[in-house]
Amino acid sequence: MTTHSFKPDLPPPRTVVGPWAWLRDNLFASPLHVLLTLLALYLLWLIVPPIVSWAFLEADWVGTSRADCTGEGACWVFIKERFGQFIYGFYPQDQRWRVDLAVWVAILGAGPLFLRKMPHKAWYGIGFLVIFPLVAFWLLHGGLGLEEVPTSRWGGLMLTLVIGYVGITGALPLGILLALGRRSDLPAIKVICVTFIEFWRGVPLITVLFMSSVMLPLFLPEGMNLDKLLRALIMVIFFEAAYIAEVVRGGLQAIPKGQYEAAAAMGLGYWRSMGLVILPQALKLVIPGIVNTFIALFKDTSLVIIIGLFDLLNSIKQATTDPRWLGMATEGYVFAALLFWIFCFGMSRYSMHLERRLDTGHKR
Amino acid sequence: MQTTANAPRSRGSVWTDPRVRAWAFQIIAVAAIVAFGWFLFHNTQVNLERRGIVSGFEFLGQSAGFGISQHLIDYSESDTYGRVFVIGLLNTLLVSVIGIILATILGFILGVARLSPNWLIRKLATVYIEVFRNIPPLLQIFFWYFAVMLSMPGPRQSLGLWDTFFINSRGLYMPSPSMAEGFWPFLIAVLLAIAGIVVVYRRAKAHQEATGERFPVLLTSIALLLVLPGASLLVFGTPFHWDVPQLAGFNFRGGWVVIPELVALMLALSIYTAAFIGETVRSGIQAVSHGQTEAAYSLGLRPGLTLRLVVVPQALRVIVPPLTSQYLNLTKNSSLAAGIGYPDMVSLFAGTVLNQTGQAIEVMAVTMSVYLAISISISILMNWYNKRIALVER
Repeated sequence: MTTHSFKPDLPPPRTVVGPWAWLRDNLFASPLHVLLTLLALYLLWLIVPPIVSWAFLEADWVGTSRADCTGEGACWVFIKERFGQFIYGFYPQDQRWRVDLAVWVAILGAGPLFLRKMPHKAWYGIGFLVIFPLVAFWLLHGGLGLEEVPTSRWGGLMLTLVIGYVGITGALPLGILLALGRRSDLPAIKVICVTFIEFWRGVPLITVLFMSSVMLPLFLPEGMNLDKLLRALIMVIFFEAAYIAEVVRGGLQAIPKGQYEAAAAMGLGYWRSMGLVILPQALKLVIPGIVNTFIALFKDTSLVIIIGLFDLLNSIKQATTDPRWLGMATEGYVFAALLFWIFCFGMSRYSMHLERRLDTGHKR
Repeated sequence: MQTTANAPRSRGSVWTDPRVRAWAFQIIAVAAIVAFGWFLFHNTQVNLERRGIVSGFEFLGQSAGFGISQHLIDYSESDTYGRVFVIGLLNTLLVSVIGIILATILGFILGVARLSPNWLIRKLATVYIEVFRNIPPLLQIFFWYFAVMLSMPGPRQSLGLWDTFFINSRGLYMPSPSMAEGFWPFLIAVLLAIAGIVVVYRRAKAHQEATGERFPVLLTSIALLLVLPGASLLVFGTPFHWDVPQLAGFNFRGGWVVIPELVALMLALSIYTAAFIGETVRSGIQAVSHGQTEAAYSLGLRPGLTLRLVVVPQALRVIVPPLTSQYLNLTKNSSLAAGIGYPDMVSLFAGTVLNQTGQAIEVMAVTMSVYLAISISISILMNWYNKRIALVER
């Protein structure tokens, strides 16, 4: 009996796999696509080489003053010289370690929250959220043995991060409460929440900030004066809470009625059925929306320039008007854009990761 | 278990009765809000009295006494604050409308490009969207204004395109049309062509319903649009005289001037919003399940027709609501004009007028109500549209 042995498989034809096939399928599939590819290449050729040569090849990296900006391209000396101001604002030089320390506390403290498996994670998280702001406030503002640094001297990236952090941690719980209120059976509560949400969503943040600087002094009793930063923070929290509320409402509406009824049938009261059954499901559904709102909030922090706070953008704007450094606007704004972009892009990537991890496969 | 189930329903204390609780909560909430409102009102009254500010809208009739760099209607320094408000509102609407048009065009191109089978085009669109939507709009406005527009060369070295468009640090100069002898015939020809297209479209539709045959509407329309106005052009002469800007001395004369603030604002807002519109369009098209395309193919529709008759109508249902909210965002973001001094409603009215008159409450109330009115009317329109196109399900 003869045994047949199979001949080894032939490799797939060159037209189906390999770089050439990929090129043909993805770039030159039809005459139209050949044209589009060439157009795109032309566009890239127009855009990329000038940017690269401006930002790297012909840029100045070393030096200490405007006189060292001799190249044709960007002058990063400006950023290097003013780096401290962009990051810390007018925070006193010898106290800047406190800001660094606060950032390290935040990173090290929040680190365990990103671990997959950690015992008592929820309690740790809540504890961190309560304790960290107190520690950070003490470190940044001073008092109790530390030299006091008034908020008017806060600035730069640090101020942007403070507004972003406080805005996010303040707006999320308030937004969830507003969303619950909007879905409430109690008519008075519902009307109050709807009015609040629609008002804040209907006006631009800039008018709200204007209002905080021109109208709040009229609203408050004589002699009572709120800190400028505090006013901005309150306005940012209210404004973004309204947007969060609408996102969360979308999640609440997506939960089938059976879940509400099941929670009620288990004998859970309103707060427990919301907290244990409805919200965990609803919030998971709307993570992308919530993170989008956070990103919007972080971008909106730049508007505090309107009421004269020195956040990252304003610090850079001020630095570009310095007579010793005229003509550095492009470098300054590109640097600011890069910093903002890193934070926003990071947040959006993290939300995508979170979405995938929490996906329990209910999606059709 | 048994006992609780059979026990007579206890009424419990009054405080565990859900109805009593509901009333109590609501009364407390309303009382708190009323008390807070009264507290604010009282403080405001005291403060206004102390500062000697008379509330009311009389100031709208007073003369403004400052110049405005861009006004769509006639304005002089002796005009009233009321007119300043109208100019600000018109400027806001102008930048919003231009921004919306540009952002929609760019956004749709981006959305389609993100789904292109061409790898390079797809990646380019993705990079554009990821870059521009993650940078604050105010920063983009600053960039276009301070880093680009204000660093442009002066009028004498301005950058020109075909010697008709010029851009320099004082703005964008372009030719302006004025009516010529051929204007009215041209207008009538265009209107006739449009009327003709409507008729052709209706007849073609009726014809298809009756016989199933399709009539080339698009080609006929293009032909109509080319032939009729073209004929008028040949017979009656040019419809417009173009006033081309000319360099005279140290500046340009003639034509339209777009102030640099408007150019920067327009660019920044449309580039920023286009990134969001692109994502909206992409998700809308992806929301139409592939089965729909396959079903259309199996019915024998060609790809172009499938896109037009099956995919796009269903995608629009998903796209339009978020698209409107992007338009609304753009309109609200146009208030960032205050950052670079474009004379929009916020910087003119809530800025200059408020500083001059000190009527903080009235000015802020008017400004906010305008924005509120715009957004509430758009959301009413949106709800109506949603109801009209909603799928009727079992």
